[in-house]
Amino acid sequence: MTYRRIRWLKFTAPANFYALVQRLAPWLWAGAAVLAVAGLYTGFFVAPPDYQQGNSYRIMFIHVPTAWMGMFLYLLMAVYAVIYLVWRIKMADIMARSLAPTGALMTLLALWTGALWGAPTWGTFWVWDARLTSTLILLFLFLGYIALHAAVDDREKGGRAASLLALIGAVNVPIIYFSVEWWHTLHQGMSITLTQAPTMAPSMFTALLLMTGACWLYSAAVTLRRAQAEALERESDSQWVTEAVQREHALRQPAAPAVRAVEPRGAISKEGDS
Amino acid sequence: MGRSLWTLLRRDVSLTVMRRQDVLTVVVFFIIVITFFPLAVGPEPETLRAIAPGAIWVAAALASVISLDRLFADDWRDGTLEQLALIQQPLALVALTKIAAHWLALGLPLVLLSPVLGYSLGLQGFELVTLAASLALGMPVLSLLGACGAALTLGVRAGGALMALLILPLYVPVLIIGSGAVAEAMHEAGPSAHLSLLGAMLALAVPLAPLAVAGALRIALD
Amino acid sequence: MWDGIGDFIAMGGHGPYVWGSYGVFAMVLLAEVSVLARRRHRIRTILARRSSPGAASTWNQKQEESLEP
Repeated sequence: MTYRRIRWLKFTAPANFYALVQRLAPWLWAGAAVLAVAGLYTGFFVAPPDYQQGNSYRIMFIHVPTAWMGMFLYLLMAVYAVIYLVWRIKMADIMARSLAPTGALMTLLALWTGALWGAPTWGTFWVWDARLTSTLILLFLFLGYIALHAAVDDREKGGRAASLLALIGAVNVPIIYFSVEWWHTLHQGMSITLTQAPTMAPSMFTALLLMTGACWLYSAAVTLRRAQAEALERESDSQWVTEAVQREHALRQPAAPAVRAVEPRGAISKEGDS
Repeated sequence: MGRSLWTLLRRDVSLTVMRRQDVLTVVVFFIIVITFFPLAVGPEPETLRAIAPGAIWVAAALASVISLDRLFADDWRDGTLEQLALIQQPLALVALTKIAAHWLALGLPLVLLSPVLGYSLGLQGFELVTLAASLALGMPVLSLLGACGAALTLGVRAGGALMALLILPLYVPVLIIGSGAVAEAMHEAGPSAHLSLLGAMLALAVPLAPLAVAGALRIALD
Repeated sequence: MWDGIGDFIAMGGHGPYVWGSYGVFAMVLLAEVSVLARRRHRIRTILARRSSPGAASTWNQKQEESLEP
């Protein structure tokens, strides 16, 4: 128990965190890629067309995971915000700040795919459906956090203010969801409602789970990488940054091709893994 | 509780009221926004009556945002806020007092004025009472939520616009329930459920929001 | 299940919606990753130049190259 606790706290030091991500990231990218390929294969070649919606329902395999990720990332961001506010652990603010852009993008993608799914299913790109509306508000909450963090010149102050905002937002999210749901049921004039297929074929469910896993691993990889970059920026004058850069500089000469195959995105693969 | 808080309340109210200009700006803004709706939608009485609850609530929410700009800014700039943070009372209570004073000076006039504006949009009798009641319960919640945004954006470049971005999403539940109350009064279902919910929100916001505001003020004062 | 590549692309008439979703999804994720990659590359280049031998005297250069994004 104590052993474990020490291990966790170890990664609150930027140097250890950096080293951990350096090892972890290739596996996260690889896992995301594998799950995405498996999920897309299942979603497009195994799962049958829906008996009501035809093939348009296949948007679900990215719509639902992105919507879930948006909410999950906001919650996670709020958790890191609380950690930062209570214990002033710098890494927690770095993590919260790194989660926000990915969370906003996931929410945006959920809205976009929702609109494109709605067009053939409901006959319109946008309805003031309860879930669509509350997802839109979630996007505003993300944007507010990002804007506040960026607007304060003092990084430490900005981090604390934005963390407090994330906490206020997290307390409000359930109230917002509840009220929007209530608002929607009161407006009974609306004839269009989201009709979920009553029973989902097992292959559809498998594809959905695989794609959710892929989105989760992708978000983990991209946020951890962003947190690394943020840590490098903030700590650029400290000893560990110099050492890490030199170590990777030396590693770069005998380039590691195995990592490159997993990470197709140029510069990210360059630093090689441990 | 505490004579210093009472003094602070009186000071804040009289400062705002004596300046007159602040109260006038917010009230005129409120009226202008409501005037925009008939101009934009058209003068048909049925349409206006249908949008009246929403229009008045939107105007109230926007007026609340523009009025909150100055809630802490003046005291922060001239150093009064630092002095207030040093008095014996907890900062959360100081914040609550300032919010209360702000609402008495700038929110209450809108509540008193709302039946007149509601009448101009075609609301009648009981609906007007509900409108004033919903605003009386809901606008303090808006002030409390908005105070969090005002405190968080103290000393920030383009703070006003940023504050609107931060707090308008948080206004959503109050806006829904508040305008819903008036709409229910029009449909004879009775607004009591909505008004109870607004009351519940107020009961939640009064103890919680000042804590957040105090936290935000500490960050700004550090 | 699919009757050739054309049928797959058509998606039973819902092609534009399905591919519009997946295309934008892929593009947004690729854009996010490449923006991040460029940011990391930039930081690394600056840091490597700072720590390389002979960089000790280039204090001015260090001041110029701000790491702030």
